[in-house]
Amino acid sequence: MSTTNIVLCGVGGQGTVLATKLMASAAMDKGLDLRTAETIGMAQRGGSVSSYIRLGECGSPVIDHRTADLIIGFEPAEAVRIIYYLKKGGTVITSDRAIMPVTAALQGSNYDGAKMIEILKDLEGQYISKLFTVDTKKAIHDLGSSKVLNMVLLGAAARGGFLGPVTIDDIKAAIIKNVKPQFHELNFKALEYVEL
Amino acid sequence: MHKEFLMGNEAIGRAAAAAGVNVVAGYPGTPSTEVLETIAKENDGSIYVEWSVNEKCALEVAAGASYSGARTLVTMKQVGLNVASDPLMSLEYVGVEGGMVVLVADDPGPISSQTEQDTRTFAQYSKVPCFDPSDAKEAYDMLFEAFELSEKYKTPVFFRPTTRVCHAYQSMEVRDYAEFVERRPEGFIKDSSRWVIFPKLSYINHAKIEERNDALGLEFSSYARNKVFEGTTRKGIVSQGISFAIVKDIIDEKTEDKPALLKITTPFPFPEKLACDFLGKVDEVLVVEELDPYIERQLLLVCGKYGLKVNIKGKLTGDVRRSGENTANLVNEYISKFMGWEHASSNEIETPGLPVRPPVLCAGCPHRASFYAVKAAMKGKETIFAGDIGCYTLGNAQPLDMVDTCLCMGAGLGIAQGVGRVKPDTKCFAFVGDSTFFASAITGVVNAVYNQADMTLIVLDNSTTAMTGHQPHPGTGKTMMGEFTDKIDIESILRGIGVRTVVKQNPFEFKKSVEVVKKVADEPGMKAIIFEAPCAVLFKPETPYVVDAGKCVDCRKCIREIGCPGVIIREGKVCIDETLCNGCGFCSQICPCDAILRS
Repeated sequence: MSTTNIVLCGVGGQGTVLATKLMASAAMDKGLDLRTAETIGMAQRGGSVSSYIRLGECGSPVIDHRTADLIIGFEPAEAVRIIYYLKKGGTVITSDRAIMPVTAALQGSNYDGAKMIEILKDLEGQYISKLFTVDTKKAIHDLGSSKVLNMVLLGAAARGGFLGPVTIDDIKAAIIKNVKPQFHELNFKALEYVEL
Repeated sequence: MHKEFLMGNEAIGRAAAAAGVNVVAGYPGTPSTEVLETIAKENDGSIYVEWSVNEKCALEVAAGASYSGARTLVTMKQVGLNVASDPLMSLEYVGVEGGMVVLVADDPGPISSQTEQDTRTFAQYSKVPCFDPSDAKEAYDMLFEAFELSEKYKTPVFFRPTTRVCHAYQSMEVRDYAEFVERRPEGFIKDSSRWVIFPKLSYINHAKIEERNDALGLEFSSYARNKVFEGTTRKGIVSQGISFAIVKDIIDEKTEDKPALLKITTPFPFPEKLACDFLGKVDEVLVVEELDPYIERQLLLVCGKYGLKVNIKGKLTGDVRRSGENTANLVNEYISKFMGWEHASSNEIETPGLPVRPPVLCAGCPHRASFYAVKAAMKGKETIFAGDIGCYTLGNAQPLDMVDTCLCMGAGLGIAQGVGRVKPDTKCFAFVGDSTFFASAITGVVNAVYNQADMTLIVLDNSTTAMTGHQPHPGTGKTMMGEFTDKIDIESILRGIGVRTVVKQNPFEFKKSVEVVKKVADEPGMKAIIFEAPCAVLFKPETPYVVDAGKCVDCRKCIREIGCPGVIIREGKVCIDETLCNGCGFCSQICPCDAILRS
């Protein structure tokens, strides 16, 4: 029984749900069995959110600690928060841009995104086998939109071969099927943005 | 049949349509909401679908339709069942004609609920048979069986998925449209000896229900979804729902030293014979279930009744946590300990300095402006701010801190009155949303007017049921059949009840809002302010605001006072996150230096 376990994490409203849907649509069209689970409800309002994707035969949609092959972080602290889901030798692809919670601004404390990346870097080699960080500020500037960060990250994962049998072309096909035509070009550009 | 990738709730909705459901009624509530929405979305017009005003109305509408021979589905979350429990308790004694499935989604965690109540326990109390699916695909298949059983025994039945079944997606085989069941109900046939509940009828039917449930327990012992998976040891695990799926994944990895496994999908009436046979083959059992130790108690009962010497472990013995969700990691830990397997500790990585991210009101949310206006107007006064259930419960967070109490839907009105009875000089406020107003606050207003309470009702009218994903309600003028209808006007209701002062106000006009609150709150008796402004999520954001660094004196009043996620500190300076700002401009009215401007 070979299953590919992927966890997507971020802050409510960042597009983790759409990324999960596209990934699922791509896998379905390939004839793969899969299960996904995601946060819905109160936590969507600016809280920490995560989605699980399990490709291949399995019974439960939720995954155990130390079993994820890949973590895709839409926000660096959120990637750190769920790092214990990663299996030894797993891959982490994360945005480097910190999103400040209201609480951080209130306490006058600037929580440090760079420090979160440092934590991940320290784990590279011994726990994380490959770590990729995406310069999100630059990506948003180059692509001219903040709405396609999810595609930048998903594209990086696909091109690195970390989505099991799902390829970048499968995801493009899923975009054509699920996203309005006027956004296709922007999404394709985002998918191809990161060179791994 | 064809393959689709569906959310558990979509699967249940699809199954209901395919099973020929005629009438569907419900009230939104996470994690149940998408069931009814799926049916409404794919409805060809042959199914009657409504968001009812509350769960009690939904159940009664469905009961009437079931009396008339229709297949019906009622949807709600677990706390909604408390509202619907009055008609349901009696309905079990009366029975139905057309199949009636009462879908109640339980929420272990709880992730988005007030309680961790267990509908299986409610099933036992109300004597209503209960189905408990373990994943989305099983939920799809099981719903057909639930309708058939309901019709066969003329009883409503519970269908209780939990959050992880409702909101998980899975690829599955579903019926083609041509395979849908078509049902044409006959209509209501008068028979007062059947449909009118009197003590004598209750006495007769009570005996019949108990007999039927004994028979059902036996029938469920051979129900194919209650299943035994053989092991290689004298140890056994009994499980249900999502916990079963997790347990099965773990056990399937083993080839030896494997426990036997029993899956229970019909907790009530409990399949006693099946459990008894299973217990006969093991010395020790671990029960892995969420919420109440329901199965565990049933097994203890079976052991006592049949004199079995089996050691039953679970929540009652401290081997499984008594509250919260069964995560994959926890289940692994429980089983490993029970079986004596090795299980690595999970806390080997230290992750310091993580930001706390409680859910907050959205940028541009009108509730923030309403709360802040009341707060500013009541500064220095002795007050009680009784909150309610909805997005606006989030008004409790710092820096607003405007929710002193929250109990259940509509309770804020009564609580504000009660606090005032103890200390009459307190300025008593109750906050309620528009959907909640219709669902359960109106009786509280009648009570306040009749009993001459001194309080102010604040209706936060954002023209939608926002928290559960923007469902229409009586004040929106739209129905789930896609029809437009007269909007029911909250102001007219309040005036009709006898509230003399009712003021409508746009909360984004900050200064005027404060004046209105001051004036209205000083009047004696029951009075109301309706803060009207649409939910921020429903509209395209306007041009975002920016901070003029030259004018900003870094007093941070905007951050300290209103807590909008769009106002942040970047590199030590206050600025506005242009990706979050919704352009409401409320912060610009709070800034003492006029440093926040439209960009």
